[in-house]
Amino acid sequence: MLNSKIPAGNLDDKWVDYKGHCKLVNPANKRKMEVIVVGTGLAGASAAASLGELGYKVKAFCFQDSPRRAHSIAAQGGINAAKNYQNDGDSVFRLFYDTIKGGDYRAREANVHRLAEVSGNIIDQCVAQGVPFAREYGGLLSNRSFGGTQVQRTFYAAGQTGQQLLIGAYQALERQVALGNVTMYARHEMLDVVKIDGKAKGIIARNLITGELEKHFGYAVLLCTGGYGNVFYLSTNAMGSNVSATWKAHKQGAYFANPCFTQIHPTCIPVSGDHQSKLTLMSESLRNDGRIWVPKAKGDTRKPNEIPEEERDYYLERRYPAFGNLVPRDVASRAAKERCDAGYGVGTSKQAVYLDYAAAIERYGKIEASKQGLHNASKEEIIVMGKEVVKEKYGNLFDMYSKITGENPYEVPMRIYPAVHYTMGGLWVDYELQTNVPGLYALGEANFSDHGANRLGASALMQGLADGYFVIPYTLGNNLADEIYNAPIPTSHPAFEAAEKEVAERIATLKNINGKQSVESFHKRLGKIIWNECGMSRNEAGLKKAIADIQALKKEFWSDVRIPGEINEYNPELDKANRVADFIELGELMCVDALNRNESCGGHFREEYQTPDGEALRDDENYMYVAAWETTGEHQWQLHKEELKYEVIKPSQRNYK
Amino acid sequence: MAHNHMNLKLKVWRQKNANASGAFVKYDVNDISDEMSFLEMLDVLNEKLITTGEEPIAFDHDCREGICGMCSLYIDGKPHGPWQANTTCQLHMRAFKDGDTITIEPWRSNAFPIVKDLTVDRGAFDRIIQAGGYVSVNTGNAVDGNSLPINKDDADASFAAAMCIGCGACVAACKNSSAMLFLSAKVSHLAQLPQGEPERKSRVLNMVAQMDKEGFGSCTNTGACEAACPKEISIANIARLNKEYLRAGLTQE
Repeated sequence: MLNSKIPAGNLDDKWVDYKGHCKLVNPANKRKMEVIVVGTGLAGASAAASLGELGYKVKAFCFQDSPRRAHSIAAQGGINAAKNYQNDGDSVFRLFYDTIKGGDYRAREANVHRLAEVSGNIIDQCVAQGVPFAREYGGLLSNRSFGGTQVQRTFYAAGQTGQQLLIGAYQALERQVALGNVTMYARHEMLDVVKIDGKAKGIIARNLITGELEKHFGYAVLLCTGGYGNVFYLSTNAMGSNVSATWKAHKQGAYFANPCFTQIHPTCIPVSGDHQSKLTLMSESLRNDGRIWVPKAKGDTRKPNEIPEEERDYYLERRYPAFGNLVPRDVASRAAKERCDAGYGVGTSKQAVYLDYAAAIERYGKIEASKQGLHNASKEEIIVMGKEVVKEKYGNLFDMYSKITGENPYEVPMRIYPAVHYTMGGLWVDYELQTNVPGLYALGEANFSDHGANRLGASALMQGLADGYFVIPYTLGNNLADEIYNAPIPTSHPAFEAAEKEVAERIATLKNINGKQSVESFHKRLGKIIWNECGMSRNEAGLKKAIADIQALKKEFWSDVRIPGEINEYNPELDKANRVADFIELGELMCVDALNRNESCGGHFREEYQTPDGEALRDDENYMYVAAWETTGEHQWQLHKEELKYEVIKPSQRNYK
Repeated sequence: MAHNHMNLKLKVWRQKNANASGAFVKYDVNDISDEMSFLEMLDVLNEKLITTGEEPIAFDHDCREGICGMCSLYIDGKPHGPWQANTTCQLHMRAFKDGDTITIEPWRSNAFPIVKDLTVDRGAFDRIIQAGGYVSVNTGNAVDGNSLPINKDDADASFAAAMCIGCGACVAACKNSSAMLFLSAKVSHLAQLPQGEPERKSRVLNMVAQMDKEGFGSCTNTGACEAACPKEISIANIARLNKEYLRAGLTQE
């Protein structure tokens, strides 16, 4: 059984007690301790900056040309915090409760409670850094609603919240670079973890410009490398987002937890053709005001504006009157799929539903007219005013939609469909964010810990920054306090030499295959297998077939992939080949995990396990555990279980009706 | 919906590495759907090059939704191509028509050395931020977020400047390769917030000094930067930067 090192005591007191009693490293010793941070998104940048401020010697790595480009930057809608500024009944407990329930009772109580506790500090810290959050006329911070909650606790900066938070963390990071506390290695990719005497002591990184391999020592290695949604090929992730760092860690012994828990986001721009390289998210905040519908008649080919009100099926409002269009993501996605599979989909592909702003435009227009004292405003005037209000709230999202689709969302309803967005699974970590490999940590989306089987909107930014700003500075010190007696290890140590050699050999093997098929073509095929069999719904036969297909694909990849260019130069195709090779192996484990979990929960929907009205049917008796997988050989994994103990919340069937 | 398909000719800048000399190379790309993005069109070309044993064209890109700032490309003489307020990754092929010849170059500036083909090194921007583009506040020092009300218009104006994605289109558009729009966006973001006040003078002086050191040219207020900016960062920020710089210089201790 895995030891998650959850402190004893009441849930409310655990983190306070932990902080009060954890071991510390004195400033003189911190100066001597190198720490490696891989990834510079919200988790990585905030961790690197905070550890630099504390005095550690930090080395930070990112594959992009600048740390400011990490994919956290694309988060649109907002960040949750239990501030209760709106006086609408929010509290630390309620944020904790919503997150556990939203995760369908598959997250660890102690971690989630800590997340809720520090959520308020994050907002304070970001404001102090100069993050320009949206404000009310009185000068105070503004909030909006998000899915899965009934309070307004989401802080935002128009549709660019992730960008503004990341720029805040990036600036804090660059300040530490200027002060000499952090050394930044951009355009570097981690290709292995180096272990000495069972502990993580460094990494092998590849300089992506020169192709050279580098050995870096660190007393600890923090992986802040995000999620693995690109295993599906088409996802809302950036093109470069990959699983390689966490997968290499997995191959070095770190357990990979709940890999089948992936999030399909309900509101994305639908796929338009085979050429498509990525999918674009339309922020969940659009569900605040937009109404989702399909025609009541099957195969209705009329234009949306020609379909009268009474012939529209607002299926979320119909099925879930309490939460309506703001049900959690997994529920909204499945409901869209259900309608499309039943033949009610819209658009050329019939794989889309409408997200309609007409009602919101009219409602806002009326409010605006009333504000201006125009009691006899015509419908046209009201619509003009309403469009202005909607533009201020969601303008950048509407612009994005119209650029991609060529349609005007102010005039016609948007067409949306679910797409892969986030991965709840990740490296298994204990309460201190340490993996089962001592010295190796995982933060943010790279770990599995806080979102269970489904993440609520605006909680990813919260978790990334919580881990980096407010958790790791304490928990890392608690472990490094014992390391001060150990001298730094020179990278001439045989373990570093051996790891470097192994990486070099793998690259040479890949390059020398010299086959006929491009890396991209393999990635596309992998994505199709995973999307079809381990996507929004899964079943036993499909998963078994997928496992066989992926094993065959792996064999084909390693005998027929073609990588142009040289090893010792800037070679994006080679970078991609390394990543796709890892995605293929992860894809198999996802299916193994999905096959093992004979229940439905959150984003994991097994067709065999559903309630009569099509909701996810959990099996708490047999599956209330974290599935942490240890690699034991090619195509072989050993399952380790962490039992989830609910001491405060009593799990029940999630109800958003 | 019937999609239009087109055949295009491309003239693309190819350069092996920073030290090699480069040249334009011509390519034909056929059967391109007008629903594709510009980068997807390049993906199609690259797939073809890979299968015929040629090296694919290197270009920077990541999020492909117009926010990370990684994509670049000087397309037919315009940074990020013909559409206003747009990044290359959001440019779609319906902007072009069958038979067009499209010229694709990297960002051109001494301060952005070429890495390979269309990829350049924009590390100079990070170093400008390191010179002062931040508020010096350590984690844990913050007071309650609502303890200091900020006038909504100031917060909105600050946000409008903070939207800069650091892509470098402003530098590429400028005949002098000036980085003034980029720098002014950061100065404006922080100068309009009370949090930025304590370091207001040192920030602008140090950032301008670093910009000069990086080899960017001078600003002559032509406005090409504003026209090319995918986030429509206003040239008014440059006026504010000049004011901040003058004020800081005159009142320097």
